[in-house]
Amino acid sequence: MTQATLLQQILDYANRADPYPLYAELRRTPVTRQEGGVYAVSTYWEITGLLHDPRISSDARNRAPQAGAGPLPVVPQEETDLPPSFIGLDPPEHDRLRRLAMRPFGPPHTPRRVHDMRAELTRTVSGLIDAFQGRSEVDIVDDFAYPFPVTVICRLLGVPREDEARFHIWAEAVVAALDPDPVEGAPDRARAARRARSELGLYLAGLAEERRRAPGDDLLSAMTSGHGPEERLSPVEVVTTAVLLLIAGHETTVNLIANGVLTLLRHPEELKRLRDEPGLAVPLVEELLRYEPPVQLLPQRTAVADIDIAGTTIPRGAPIWLVVASGSRDPRRFADPDRFLPERPDNQHLGFGGGVHYCFGAPLARLEAQIALTELARRLGEPRLVEDPPPYRRNPVLRGPRHLRVAFDTLAR
Amino acid sequence: MAADGAAEVFRRRGHAVVVGASLAGLRAAETLREEGFTGTLTMIGDEPRDPYDRPPLSKQVLLGRVPADGTELPRRRALDARWRLGVAAAGLDLAGRRVRLADGEEVAFDRLLIATGARARPWFRESEAALDGVFVLRTADDAARLTRRLAAGPRRVLVVGAGFTGSEIASACRERGLEVTVAERGPAPLVGALGGVVGAVAARLQRDHGVDLRCGVTVTALEGDLAGRLRRAHLSDGAALDVDVAVIGLGAIRNTEWLTGSGLAAGPRGVACDAGCRAFDVHGIVTDDVFVAGDVARSPHPLFGYQFLSLEHWGNAVAQAEVAAHNMISSGLDRRPHLWLPAFWSAQFGVNVKSVGVPPLGDELVVTQGALAENRFVAAYGFQGRFIAAVAFDQGRWLDFYRGLIESAAPFPPAFTNLDRRTDGTRPVPADFPDPSLPTHGPTVTLSGYSPSERRLRFTPAPA
Amino acid sequence: MRLVVDLNRCQGYAQCAFLAPDVFTMHGEEALIYTPRAGEAQREQVARAVAACPVQAVTVDWADVPVAAEEAGGHGR
Repeated sequence: MTQATLLQQILDYANRADPYPLYAELRRTPVTRQEGGVYAVSTYWEITGLLHDPRISSDARNRAPQAGAGPLPVVPQEETDLPPSFIGLDPPEHDRLRRLAMRPFGPPHTPRRVHDMRAELTRTVSGLIDAFQGRSEVDIVDDFAYPFPVTVICRLLGVPREDEARFHIWAEAVVAALDPDPVEGAPDRARAARRARSELGLYLAGLAEERRRAPGDDLLSAMTSGHGPEERLSPVEVVTTAVLLLIAGHETTVNLIANGVLTLLRHPEELKRLRDEPGLAVPLVEELLRYEPPVQLLPQRTAVADIDIAGTTIPRGAPIWLVVASGSRDPRRFADPDRFLPERPDNQHLGFGGGVHYCFGAPLARLEAQIALTELARRLGEPRLVEDPPPYRRNPVLRGPRHLRVAFDTLAR
Repeated sequence: MAADGAAEVFRRRGHAVVVGASLAGLRAAETLREEGFTGTLTMIGDEPRDPYDRPPLSKQVLLGRVPADGTELPRRRALDARWRLGVAAAGLDLAGRRVRLADGEEVAFDRLLIATGARARPWFRESEAALDGVFVLRTADDAARLTRRLAAGPRRVLVVGAGFTGSEIASACRERGLEVTVAERGPAPLVGALGGVVGAVAARLQRDHGVDLRCGVTVTALEGDLAGRLRRAHLSDGAALDVDVAVIGLGAIRNTEWLTGSGLAAGPRGVACDAGCRAFDVHGIVTDDVFVAGDVARSPHPLFGYQFLSLEHWGNAVAQAEVAAHNMISSGLDRRPHLWLPAFWSAQFGVNVKSVGVPPLGDELVVTQGALAENRFVAAYGFQGRFIAAVAFDQGRWLDFYRGLIESAAPFPPAFTNLDRRTDGTRPVPADFPDPSLPTHGPTVTLSGYSPSERRLRFTPAPA
Repeated sequence: MRLVVDLNRCQGYAQCAFLAPDVFTMHGEEALIYTPRAGEAQREQVARAVAACPVQAVTVDWADVPVAAEEAGGHGR
């Protein structure tokens, strides 16, 4: 079997439920050139090295025109397109935008925001579980893992929850472009994603203008008000940042929670332990981020210099995919990597990436998952999977169940 | 085989004595137990305290956020040790394998670890050092005294010497809203450790935060009133400053005096040991049963041509203690070399300073990322055409990359393209270190030649 | 409890400062200031911070047994 077909297999929807044996094969060669000129990096130390390597760009504009993007489509930038958000930019622009976005969200300027959200997160979770009353089966994705983080990100950003139906369609279209499966007419998807991102941007620009006039205690208000003349996001930057946070807060935590429920139901002894000792949720979520990470690979990096790594030279301009889900299962880094061990020592996983692009919302995602899993474990009596494996979302990058049907006997208060 | 047997017997029922109950001593003791040492363990320390962490003393403690006695180190495991705290070691009988304590008691050992560290270099004129208001900062007691005085709101604090400790003290004072003058003999703060190019950034940081920074001057005298309270400081440029607090930040002295006459290669730069942490005797012969770790050790480093390095680094104390302890209970091929790449950090004026490698060895520097003017950058140091060190201001997430370049002796200046390279980084400039024969204020890495019995060096502390 | 952060490892990801703001504080964008001795009331948040550290730089001693107590207790291993 050639490496080329191996990558195709990983992207193949048929393998979505369990890509891990394929990652193990991919790790036989830590850095491999794939079809379309993509360099796939699958081993722990090589991935961490490149996450901290200043010769790796996150800005697609550094990609050699002839290099393409491998299986990802290349669609020329149009004037009406929004510029990239900080996830697609490099220092110093990245650092400046991220710093300004961090001001109202976390340390050093707003250190208690996430910590102080705990009560509200618990209330939201409780409300969603209360609604299970009278049922013996729920879809953990549609009834819980999706609405929970969406409610949270809406409140945090200052986006009306009632508009969810509108922006959900846009957000889905945007992340669909991360699906590299070529049989599905990828260029069309990419164009649709651009349009969706612009429409979402217009929608958020309107909200930002409202918040500027009548500010509230939300990130959009804080970002539009700014802090002094130099340190300020421009109106377009407010929009690109808000688009990023809304999509990221919306399309990733759902997978973390759903993957978590699935994993716990497959490991009933751990589920029972979690019920008895809620503090276990803290290390357990870290292990989940290693074992079933919501983001499987980072497909948006580019070499800006020739890079010698693991016996290969990645040429300047080449697209690089960092397969973080594979790196977190690298047996050279983690003993017994295919076992789910909630109290795994020295669990320096790649679930949130690393380096300057380390997940912006990581602390919030951690708390959301800890609270969600603890409460579900506590309240659902005799929960069990209705189908295993569950049906997955198409997307191989943001991977998680599309539905997760769970039956249960009782519902504790 | 005989040696192997000895290590095994020692591991099971030997007596290990650790002199020095600070970071290195504690981590060594934990490693001994962790790796299966079941004999008797005695910890000797001159301070009557649980082993505690020192870096917070010049930061969160001076800021008043943490009490001076609140930095005890966490234990990684139970030690089951006999503690002799509050009494210093006063002598070593190498042949008789005994440590003599200041109270006259003697402690026999089978194997000894020397981790006596360093102490603050005091102000050179004793009568002035004794004035009320003159401080050093090394111990928890020092920090308690100084913090109390800072909290009382002195009119002006004088910091003598702008090394890392001095700069951190100045930063804490400004954060407390106190007026501060920093007097530095060199052309800039941190110049001995990081060179003039980066030192200029440190100088700007100080001035932007309201420090009255005076470089190229020394303090010639501290003057007290009739009650013995510090009132004034005189500088070499003729200036006189009204100050009621002076903090002496003139670096550290290795605690090796107790080894004088012991036959070990101990001197002002520390106790020489091999890469396996075994102490050398004065003849340059390695001893079997005496090991060294932490600030007091001088050990050869393969990355730097096997020159002896003296490091005052938190990370070195931990890493060297672990290797020394491992080697104390191992023999032959099971022993490990101490190959730690020097690294340290400092936090001052809201900026995180991190370093890997040995900057003072660098002859050239290039700003590879960010910009000096923004106080956010990575500066790479080259020595004879290869990477030797890197220093980051608020750019710590990139340093592992440079660590790799240093460890692989990558060519310098870098020929590759990278992100965030600005005009500062288009060509190398001299790193601008002062004449290395001039002692500066606590350069935290010192290369001290190839001879284990290094006795030529005579360090005469000059006024700052 | 006692804790120490290996600040050579620390890269300023600030996860501890988000999750245990009573014990860990960012001083500027990257420098970390923390309380080496935290109380029982902070136990939960410290546990969250320790687990979340992306470079596993926080060492905690939950027992916090001082030397004097250790000697008096003479607990074996």
